[in-house]
Amino acid sequence: MTLAQPILYPSFASPMLPQVAAITRTQPESPGVFTYTVEFRDPGYRAAYRFRPGQFNMLYLPGIGEVAISISSDSEEPDQLLHTIRIAGNVTQAIARLKPRSVLGVRGPYGSSWPVERARGRDLIIVGGGIGLAPLRPAIYYVMRHRADYGKVTVLVGARAPADLLYPSEYDEWRKQNLDVIVTVDRADEAWKGRVGVVPMLFYSLRPDPKRTTIFTCGPEIMMRFVVYEALARRIPKDHIYVSLERNMKCAIGFCGHCQYGPTFLCKEGPVLTYAQVEPFFSVEEF
Amino acid sequence: MQPTLPATGAQVVISKPALQTIFDALRAAGYTLVGPTVRENAIVYEEISQLADLPIGWTDEQGPGTYRLKKREEDRYFGYVVGPHSWKRYLYPSRLKLFSTRKSDGGFEIEPDTTPPPKYAFIGVRGCELAAIAVQDRIFIDGPIQEPTYKARRESAFLLAVNCTEPGNTCFCVSMKTGPKCNSGFDLALTELDDVFLMEVGSPLGAHMLVNADWRPAGAFELSHARRALAEAEAKMGRSLDTRDLPELLYENLDHPRWEAVAQRCLSCTNCTLVCPTCFCADVQDVSDLTGDTAERVRVWDSCFNPDFSYVYGGNLRPAIRARYRQWLSHKLGSWIDQFGVSGCVGCGRCITWCPVGIDLTEEVAAIRGEGETKP
Repeated sequence: MTLAQPILYPSFASPMLPQVAAITRTQPESPGVFTYTVEFRDPGYRAAYRFRPGQFNMLYLPGIGEVAISISSDSEEPDQLLHTIRIAGNVTQAIARLKPRSVLGVRGPYGSSWPVERARGRDLIIVGGGIGLAPLRPAIYYVMRHRADYGKVTVLVGARAPADLLYPSEYDEWRKQNLDVIVTVDRADEAWKGRVGVVPMLFYSLRPDPKRTTIFTCGPEIMMRFVVYEALARRIPKDHIYVSLERNMKCAIGFCGHCQYGPTFLCKEGPVLTYAQVEPFFSVEEF
Repeated sequence: MQPTLPATGAQVVISKPALQTIFDALRAAGYTLVGPTVRENAIVYEEISQLADLPIGWTDEQGPGTYRLKKREEDRYFGYVVGPHSWKRYLYPSRLKLFSTRKSDGGFEIEPDTTPPPKYAFIGVRGCELAAIAVQDRIFIDGPIQEPTYKARRESAFLLAVNCTEPGNTCFCVSMKTGPKCNSGFDLALTELDDVFLMEVGSPLGAHMLVNADWRPAGAFELSHARRALAEAEAKMGRSLDTRDLPELLYENLDHPRWEAVAQRCLSCTNCTLVCPTCFCADVQDVSDLTGDTAERVRVWDSCFNPDFSYVYGGNLRPAIRARYRQWLSHKLGSWIDQFGVSGCVGCGRCITWCPVGIDLTEEVAAIRGEGETKP
């Protein structure tokens, strides 16, 4: 994907120059998690910007730093760019202090995407744990927009506690679009009437057809390891199991070296990879 | 003075003092000369202007964790191997401003850095170093996204190469097929003989710099002398590395006990990555002034041995030195080949020499192969 460059920089200017964008809306999601809607200040850039489900942007605050954040909105409405952020480090803490109309730097989109085209005509199991549901949401929106192109679509959602569930107000809408949404929490509270248990356990009730099922999963690596285990136990081929990995990223263009995962630069060939690509390293300690 | 310039590929001879005319021609053409010079008891690459800046009469004795300058018996100009610096320091500086930001009414404005990149002439580039530059070209120029400051510096750089006739104790360029002879990628390549420099012309630009050098075509004696010196150098490598199936060897041994053994010695000090001519990992940091009105975004060298290197929310993914050393070596000798089609190691030996505890990667690989002596 190429983007129109709205500002003419010298030929040796850094490819790491961000675009100035404004926060137009802040939406609290769960404790410590917020969704920010950002809009590029340059109208031409805004109009030309496109992304694919599963890609990410680098968000920048002057004097603070930059952080890789996946895009959590609908790829067919690229002028409404949503980032769901868990407040964790310096940059996300500074972003949390921003008010609507505040500006920040944005560059992207970067990375590989969920293979929504390759998965056309197939059954889908989309598995999100905690904040991992954020990069999956564009894929869910895409599937809903093109619902007739896909077979059975199951969304497995998990969080540590009921209050940590991401986008709970949308699950009923997803169900209306004929998505089978199954929700679980690790630890229930008194009000919780749903399932309790870790996300991979939701596979116990599924009977996926291994010949026509594709898995998209994002969440803690330990969760994804068990999702892969359950998928393989159901004979789903390694190259139809897609995981989205997270590593430190400083540049997002393959120069800084931080996001290497074996031969893979997660910013370029990743973050979305098949299990076949990551298998040799997936269980290696401290890799 | 010769009426014509030698053709590309020609071998000519100049007197040793005539090297100054090449320096002068380069300076007249607008180049900043960078070359070997003695600083703080080491031969480093700094800006130079005249022959007297070169480490004439000096040599370096190297070994694992050891580097000593020594006076030579005779006044060789290039009678040393390589020091702690590499040309990476000039093509991919350890600290580079990317852009700055300034607060404005509507938030902030982004101001790209418009400093024109410097135009360097590198004096004394060894075969392993030419290979290292070619490795970094693949990273910063040949990929889908180009690193523009590297590209600008690289494309305007003049390379005066030097064939190695006296390899050091930590050298293994023959194993990595990067030396001791400079085969391509230079403008001029010299071989230092007893009384003269044999000079191979690598480009029309290189030929042009010979304009005042009073050159003459090389004779059979000089050519055979140089050939013999290079053949002898090949046989005198301080170390060797068995490169067969290295990526597979390392991927299949990610749980090898040797990683723990080397971690017992490794200080995770980052010296090896800083002296390595191909290591390219970088951090990007923000530096703001006290008022907070302006900030600069700077790129600085980083190292996979730094604890923060693998930081993600929740902590450092590689707290153990075992995991960091494994990342470095399996990248350098293994996944690098998958990524860029070439090994990340050029056999220069710097990581062995400058390791404060003398860890030798050729020995570590041999141990993982199950060969050779194994230190505890």
